[in-house]
Amino acid sequence: MPKRTDIESIMLIGSGPIVIGQACEFDYSGTQACKALREEGYRVILINSNPATIMTDPSTADRTYIEPIALPILERIIASERPDALLPTVGGQTGLNASLDLAETGVLERYGVELIGANIPAIKKAEDRQNFKDAMIAIGLDVPRSGVARTWDEAKRIGEDIGAPLIIRPSRTLGGTGGAMAYSMDEYEALAKRGLELSPISEILIEESIAGWKEYELEVMRDTADNVVIVCSIENLDPMGVHTGDSITVAPAQTLTDKEYQIMRDATLAIMREIGVDTGGSNVQFAINPADGRMAVIEMNPRVSRSSALASKATGFPIAKIAAKVAVGMTLDEISNDITRETPASFEPTIDYVVTKIPRFTFEKFPATPDVLGTQMKSVGEAMAIGRTFKESLQKALRSLEIDSYGFDDKGRGDAVDRSEILTQLGSPSARRLWLVGEAYRFGFTTEEIHDACKIDIWFLENIRQIIEEEPRISLEPEALRRAKEMGFADVRIAALIECSEEEVRQARIAAGIEPVFKTVDTCAAEFAAYTPYLYSTYEQEDESDVKDRKKIMILGGGPNRIGQGIEFDYCCVHASFALKEAGFETIMVNCNPETVSTDYDTSDKLYFEPLTREDVLSIVAREKPDGVIVQFGGQTPLKLAVPLQEAGVPIAGTSPDSIDRAEDRERFAALLDQLGLKQPANGIAFEVEKASEIAARIGFPVLVRPSYVLGGRAMEIVYDDDSLRSYMARAVDVGPGRPVLIDKFLEDAIELDVDAICDGEIVVVAGIMEHIERAGVHSGDSACSLPTQSLSDAVLAEVRRQVHALALELGVVGLMNVQFAVRDEEVFIIEVNPRASRTVPFVSKAIGVPIAKLAARVMAGETLAALGFTEEVVPEHMSVKEAVFPFAKFPGVDTLLGPEMKSTGEVMGIDASFGVSFAKAQLAAGTVLPSAGTAFLSVEDKDKAGLVPVAKRLADCGFDLCATRGTAAALADAGIEARAIGKVQEGGPSAVDEIRAGKIVLVINTPRGQGAHADSYPMRRAALECQVPYFTTIAGAAAAAEGIDFLQRESLGVRPLQEYGTER
Amino acid sequence: MNAILALADGKIFRGRGFGAIGEAVGEVVFNTSMTGYQEILTDPSYCGQMVAMTYPEIGNVGVNPEDVESRKPFVEGFVVKEYWDIPSNFRARQSLHAYLEENGIPGIQGIDTRELVRHIRERGAVNAVIAHGTDDSADTLVDKAKAAPPMEGRDLVAAVTCKEPYQWEQGCWTLEGGYTAPKQAPTRKVVAYDFGIKHNILRNLVDSGCEVRVVPADTPASEVLALDPDGVFLSNGPGDPAAAAYAAAHVRDLVGKKPIFGICLGHQILGLALGGTTYKLKFGHHGGNQPVMDLTTRKVEITSQNHGFAVDVGSLAGSAELTHINLNDETVEGLSHRDVPVFSVQYHPEASPGPSDANYLFGRFVDMIDGSR
Repeated sequence: MPKRTDIESIMLIGSGPIVIGQACEFDYSGTQACKALREEGYRVILINSNPATIMTDPSTADRTYIEPIALPILERIIASERPDALLPTVGGQTGLNASLDLAETGVLERYGVELIGANIPAIKKAEDRQNFKDAMIAIGLDVPRSGVARTWDEAKRIGEDIGAPLIIRPSRTLGGTGGAMAYSMDEYEALAKRGLELSPISEILIEESIAGWKEYELEVMRDTADNVVIVCSIENLDPMGVHTGDSITVAPAQTLTDKEYQIMRDATLAIMREIGVDTGGSNVQFAINPADGRMAVIEMNPRVSRSSALASKATGFPIAKIAAKVAVGMTLDEISNDITRETPASFEPTIDYVVTKIPRFTFEKFPATPDVLGTQMKSVGEAMAIGRTFKESLQKALRSLEIDSYGFDDKGRGDAVDRSEILTQLGSPSARRLWLVGEAYRFGFTTEEIHDACKIDIWFLENIRQIIEEEPRISLEPEALRRAKEMGFADVRIAALIECSEEEVRQARIAAGIEPVFKTVDTCAAEFAAYTPYLYSTYEQEDESDVKDRKKIMILGGGPNRIGQGIEFDYCCVHASFALKEAGFETIMVNCNPETVSTDYDTSDKLYFEPLTREDVLSIVAREKPDGVIVQFGGQTPLKLAVPLQEAGVPIAGTSPDSIDRAEDRERFAALLDQLGLKQPANGIAFEVEKASEIAARIGFPVLVRPSYVLGGRAMEIVYDDDSLRSYMARAVDVGPGRPVLIDKFLEDAIELDVDAICDGEIVVVAGIMEHIERAGVHSGDSACSLPTQSLSDAVLAEVRRQVHALALELGVVGLMNVQFAVRDEEVFIIEVNPRASRTVPFVSKAIGVPIAKLAARVMAGETLAALGFTEEVVPEHMSVKEAVFPFAKFPGVDTLLGPEMKSTGEVMGIDASFGVSFAKAQLAAGTVLPSAGTAFLSVEDKDKAGLVPVAKRLADCGFDLCATRGTAAALADAGIEARAIGKVQEGGPSAVDEIRAGKIVLVINTPRGQGAHADSYPMRRAALECQVPYFTTIAGAAAAAEGIDFLQRESLGVRPLQEYGTER
Repeated sequence: MNAILALADGKIFRGRGFGAIGEAVGEVVFNTSMTGYQEILTDPSYCGQMVAMTYPEIGNVGVNPEDVESRKPFVEGFVVKEYWDIPSNFRARQSLHAYLEENGIPGIQGIDTRELVRHIRERGAVNAVIAHGTDDSADTLVDKAKAAPPMEGRDLVAAVTCKEPYQWEQGCWTLEGGYTAPKQAPTRKVVAYDFGIKHNILRNLVDSGCEVRVVPADTPASEVLALDPDGVFLSNGPGDPAAAAYAAAHVRDLVGKKPIFGICLGHQILGLALGGTTYKLKFGHHGGNQPVMDLTTRKVEITSQNHGFAVDVGSLAGSAELTHINLNDETVEGLSHRDVPVFSVQYHPEASPGPSDANYLFGRFVDMIDGSR
């Protein structure tokens, strides 16, 4: 059937900020869907609160709302845009839930908006666990035994019925939040109760544990004519028991006979029809008992999911794009396969390589949470690799993770140094278990013993055994070397095994003619010619890279998402590619993150899906010989390669690696500032405790301490006295020769600024000056900020601009630069300078309406800002506020305090005319609903008491009842503000924690200082987090919140599309 | 490096051998199925051919006694990227290597199979020799490949068909019960011509309520009619349909007398019997992901296919009507007779390996039988 002509405009809801369980895969899917629908002539209205997305670029949709994904806001947008239809399936669980809310509250009906792609009964049947289970049983499929409980009594009965071990899954939570496995009935009680609390509808599913079964996923696509195709099969290396998002997964399925696979395929088709998913992509998960092949259906996602992104990248079949087209009535046979051109989308991709995805974890950021994987997702990103064999694919995936591991090194060993300990640890799924398997083989365990301990299928284990057994055979002899390379060994790993340098391995390899060839991902295993250069490396005979003799620029992406390096950098890379394509270059993208827009096959002229290591990048460079390589847009990952690549003769585009080094190297940087007469906080460098103590005494407490080479503020702390400093030195870092600790004077109560600027070597244009809302001491990635600034004098701003100009010109920046300042008493200090794209580039671009990453890319390719027409700073009249979003709820036992170490996973943006309303929007977008009335609880440290007074007064004026800890209440009383005194946790009687848990408190303001105070007030913050009570841990944040509340009492939030903001270009 | 794959056009691949020691000659084709190598190996339609699997990891699930499509493996040689010797599957009873060795079939692994596939895609299916552990030089092997007879004009049906008629009683496989006898007594009698029949066709006929008598390919129509069947089935098989002219002649005598259903070679033979012609495809269709549209319902089915020849659409005049087309290359995938209950498909509704989307065709056949009684 051709596309529908009875609808003209379609609304899409994005997935909001990046959180665990919902990452940039939904930018990829949303962007694809927007493009696909516009291609078919529809008017697309998009809403997403996340500015760091390609989908919210003003050119992606016809109308773009960077507004909170909240019911009243959505209704307002619908009222003003009057879309004919809503496509709910490409914005993750957030988009789906929001659509469901719109339907259930009658908004869609009221405005005559048709839901396309999925209908409400189908969504409910798939999402409601009991309905789903009943449906599966009705069509004769097997499911794990289970029951649904809404109270502990119900849960108890069901649990006793099935018997431990049991799995608890709260309903309607993101990424399986609150999911857990209970091995005993005691454990079960605690976990079930927690699950009931976490579920927004107070409902949990209790399931028979099928831990240890093999886990599979099928990605499926259906059109209105009931044509159904399986896009990809995925087998999890980690057996059941580990959330699929945290599992190592492999495509296609490896250990199924055709008979078993077809049973699964038939079941998937039957499920699609039974659930009634009208059109689009879905994902079905199965478990198979390895002993007898019994197959149980686990769950189904009636929408584009994280696995869909993986399946799209693994096969070349663009699931989101096709899902959008079938949603408007097109049938699969009417849609052509972009890659082969001649064949239709109504086929099943077949692949002639093996794909491995490994999740990326950040347990090091949350030391209170143990590295144990279960049914609740904890990973923050993933890397994917393609190889012609599983061994090659697996080893490429390991080095793609960018955790300084280049294969099966000793990373897994940890503290497991004796035999028995290894088997015990293998039994517990963890981020390092894969390496531990390798270690177990080195300890001489058999495959059977390892399998008994971890239940990983022997096919995977045997592959790892072959890798480990190859290790002692490796040498620089051509035959041995070729064999090792065919098995996927990295040069770095080979060098470590035979004790030589990476360069020696590389030279021996090249001398023996052992170089990779590049093969095409073509959906069809070469049955048809492919027109889309989507490539991966392998060690075989024939090369398909089809190198063109054109002016070309290669862009190195950011690799797997992690805290501190996320979607913002992918946004920059994609913009660079778009801009340089427009400027006539052939663009070549290199990246290994399957969630991203950058790894979409039509983002760049060529895509190399490869690890971002020196070896892999040099191999591509050797083949393509690009005119320039951009390393400054993908965050730390490519930046770290700048010097090694340059030394290997690779032309680095834009700012020179030497300039980057000059800004990063402490001594050179100090010299640079001296030369320019600029100030930074007093500082020193210590290799041992006494020296550290001496430096701190000289520059004065408080001081900021951190290990010398860190990303995202790892292990960075503010220390207020000598004892704490000594304890930090003892605890936090292994200090030693070559691993010093940096000590900076901490400027208390300073205002921090982030400045992004662009320079072509001749002129410098400030793109945006952002004022942090939290005071100095909170990592810039975790701090909310506003653009333009609100509290700085013209003199300070002029000085900031002067310093930015001086720095950019002196460093010879060609491209982007980010400078962080601290301002105290009108004095300006430089915190750091990064001559590269920063995390704030997408936010700034959207705030000022200028695509600065695109301009920077063109500058790096040789154009001038004058020629590009960007010579003046844009200071918008509207106010943009960025707020960070945190994963605390996923990590039980973790404190919610902000500090110099970055902990946020994502960000949202609020735009409106004034600060209060923009801040309120940003809060709402981040999931914090500012209250309009009720009781606010206040507890602040002494130095914040003066600052609290105006905040408390404003809240009281807004009609809030105030309660406070004794000291805080007394301080407020002195200022004439009445607040009921209430106990802290340990003081006995009804405490703040009790009242929070009882729902009596609607707002918490709590600013503790020092370790003791942290521990005291921790239960309070945790209670606020778990009960979803808005909490602010800085006075500045609290003041902004009060301003937002004040606004909300007077007016309601309006909406306005990005395209209508005046500065839009 | 103890194995060579030498193509008649002079292209050489060196790799490691597995399976039987020795040499094999045949036409190399590639198969794009990611699962089901055991069914592929035992499909008699591959007689005279060597199969290169495009999926690189082969052998993962070993070999079991159940997943067989005929009395023995029929491929001449087997080509894979990485052979896997340690099976991981609860039904596996032996390794693929041991199975091939037992059946005298040489294999080669460790070659750039994607290069081979692209070579075949550009130049067409080609004769070749696999030599595993033999002394012949590459040049000699190329000469042997050149000397091999071309597929066009080759009647391979005679080599694979049964010698004597037999009854078939086994139904389809289930996870719980393996192969089972049908629950209900058959209500229709079907005679199946064995041009190289896959067992899963017979199992599906049994499950559709048919009593199945399998007869050799050269059984004259009169003998078939003497059995008084309710319907006649024409099976898949190897080689050039035009070379098995006797088969088309028998079928011509049956058209209009009994409902007829043909699959693959049986479809081509029916096409010839209805006055059409067949031709050799460049490299054929071998895999489990081919999209076919049923022109009567406009629905797309994902099909299992294995054929190197096709019925020429332009030759279908008069009584034959096009019913199914391949959406990739628009070749003929199904036809029917305008006036009498006769139809056929080029692909494999019995799957095994591959998707079961087209399984409804067995129902269509028995409906046709029931409608003409």
